[in-house]
Amino acid sequence: MTGKPVAPRDSWNETRAQKIIAAHLAVPGGLLPALHALQADFGWIPKPAIALLAHQFNLSRAEVFGTVSFYHDFRLEGPAGRHVLKLCRAEACQSVGGEKLAAAMKQHLKLNWNETSADGAWTLEPVFCLGLCASGPSAMIDGEPIARLDSDKLTAILAEVGR
Amino acid sequence: MRARVSHDAASIAVGGLAVARALREADVQVLRVGSRGLFWLEPLIEIETPSGWQAFGPVTATGVPSILEAVNGGASHPLAFGDIEEHPFLKRQTRLTFARCGIIDPASLDEYALSGGLEGLKRAIEIGPEKIREEIAASGLRGRGGAGFPAGIKWNSAALASGTQKYVVCNADEGDSGTYADRMLMEGDPFLLIEGMITAGIAIGATYGYVYIRSEYPHALAAMRRAVDVGREHGLLGDSVLGSRYAFDLAIREGAGSYVCGEETALLDSLEGKRGQVRAKPPLPVHVGLFGKPTIINNVLTFAAAPTILAKSGAFYQNFGMGRSRGTMPIQLAGDIKYGGLFETAFGPTLGELVNDIGGGTRSGRPIRAVQVGGPLGAYFPATLFDTPFDYEAFTARDGLIGHGGIVVFNDTVDMAHQARFAMEFCALESCGKCTPCRIGSVRGMEVIDRLLAEPDSGAQVALLKDLCDVMKSGSLCALGGFVPYPVMSALQHFPEDFHSRC
Repeated sequence: MTGKPVAPRDSWNETRAQKIIAAHLAVPGGLLPALHALQADFGWIPKPAIALLAHQFNLSRAEVFGTVSFYHDFRLEGPAGRHVLKLCRAEACQSVGGEKLAAAMKQHLKLNWNETSADGAWTLEPVFCLGLCASGPSAMIDGEPIARLDSDKLTAILAEVGR
Repeated sequence: MRARVSHDAASIAVGGLAVARALREADVQVLRVGSRGLFWLEPLIEIETPSGWQAFGPVTATGVPSILEAVNGGASHPLAFGDIEEHPFLKRQTRLTFARCGIIDPASLDEYALSGGLEGLKRAIEIGPEKIREEIAASGLRGRGGAGFPAGIKWNSAALASGTQKYVVCNADEGDSGTYADRMLMEGDPFLLIEGMITAGIAIGATYGYVYIRSEYPHALAAMRRAVDVGREHGLLGDSVLGSRYAFDLAIREGAGSYVCGEETALLDSLEGKRGQVRAKPPLPVHVGLFGKPTIINNVLTFAAAPTILAKSGAFYQNFGMGRSRGTMPIQLAGDIKYGGLFETAFGPTLGELVNDIGGGTRSGRPIRAVQVGGPLGAYFPATLFDTPFDYEAFTARDGLIGHGGIVVFNDTVDMAHQARFAMEFCALESCGKCTPCRIGSVRGMEVIDRLLAEPDSGAQVALLKDLCDVMKSGSLCALGGFVPYPVMSALQHFPEDFHSRC
């Protein structure tokens, strides 16, 4: 399989961010869709975006920050690595060796959960169920699902994608 | 030559796209379909032959030439299953909701209509709101998300609620481990869900709906967005549904990785663009729901049952099932199971039949030790409870729940104290933080289990854990904190031998 790069990540650009936010102002409950759109563009939710969102949506910064930080998907610390490996930690994958696989991948990538490698190549994240529960252990690389994994198979896929 | 190739995420995850590519390279016309739900056979392909559709699975891209050779030469093949509908796993099912999944092109409204789709909606338009609600009530349909609340009562309450603007919201935040029916349906037969939601809209007087889909399901999101676009182009959605006097449109919304947003009121807050925090009830969403307006929230499978009920009558649907659990339930076999997949059947088969006879026992070949039914908040059952029939009340009577119909099988290597601790850990991670029993209790629960496993005399810690579970069960605002005692207490009750000091 070929991993496509995650989100295009760029330095902060206020004009572009304003435009993205403006497109969601008329959407009922538009803050979440706006956050998704911002993250798709910038690769994360940069700090200045919080104030901008608050201003444009007429909310307090605390409300916006409270919303962003509530959801696991939104990145406040910086963009992800070039590739993101999401490993399923939920029960159905546990029952077929998911935890052993996770331990092996942590060791292989030398990463803990939610960490990005120093060279920026990989981010390792836990995910609680991908709905591939009859084909576990399962994972997702850059949005593409992979299943029936074991440590050898996944290591080979990581090498192929990271090339 | 034509071939149906499953493009379900579970097929793509095991090389389905490469198989489709290999078929195209061999000049086979690839028909994009959803999954039949026999996941151990994915990637599954069905090739059209003079003697009908012939199934092969699990197929690899490199194995495609040998299959085509066998088909052309009329020879046998080790991966051949013949007519997949004659496969015992499918033959034993009653597929009402999943009748089309894996057969039609999910993006084609024509194929949907040609295979019986829209019949329910056409009748719904003809008979009008009141009669629709009568049919739903007569069917005995209960909410398939887990709570099992009668859909007829919910729809009636929303219809009677005052207000000109009402909403239909579909909960597609299928976060329970071991469940994938919503995902499969949205990817394989999205128009069925759309038809069900339009029907609900007409029934309660709502003209707008939302489908809240978790971000972990990118393929379901894409399939639903495509179907909505096609629906609008063909007049299924819009100012005049199928040329009638009813208007209905809907929007697809993406979640952001929060499990608790599968709780209906947290989902509403999330749709409103806020933190996904649980609301205190009352007021019920049917009275004060999305943006403060009367709203019905139902699971994907609840809405997807409506078109069948309307097309074939509530009495027809009510004929299936047992006790107060009527109709069919798409049961999802998962975990360490040989034949893992979607098994839609009338309520009533026992847990043992589902796991052993239909599921074939474990994939690993090891003995089964425990089965978790109903997701991370469901109880762990030992083999001694395998005579429990799949029915809402029967599971409740044994301190369990059927939830969204997921069954996760664990073999004899499972450490049940570890599973109990994981339940608390998951609750701590996903708690919305609004109520204390869930927010603090889950963290204390992890600590108590850690101590219990670290200290030699654990009598006091077990008592403390039971007490904590009691507080969480009766004091939490929603089912997250309220139900996490199910996996914890069932593990403790049925597998006490695992709860001892490891020092």
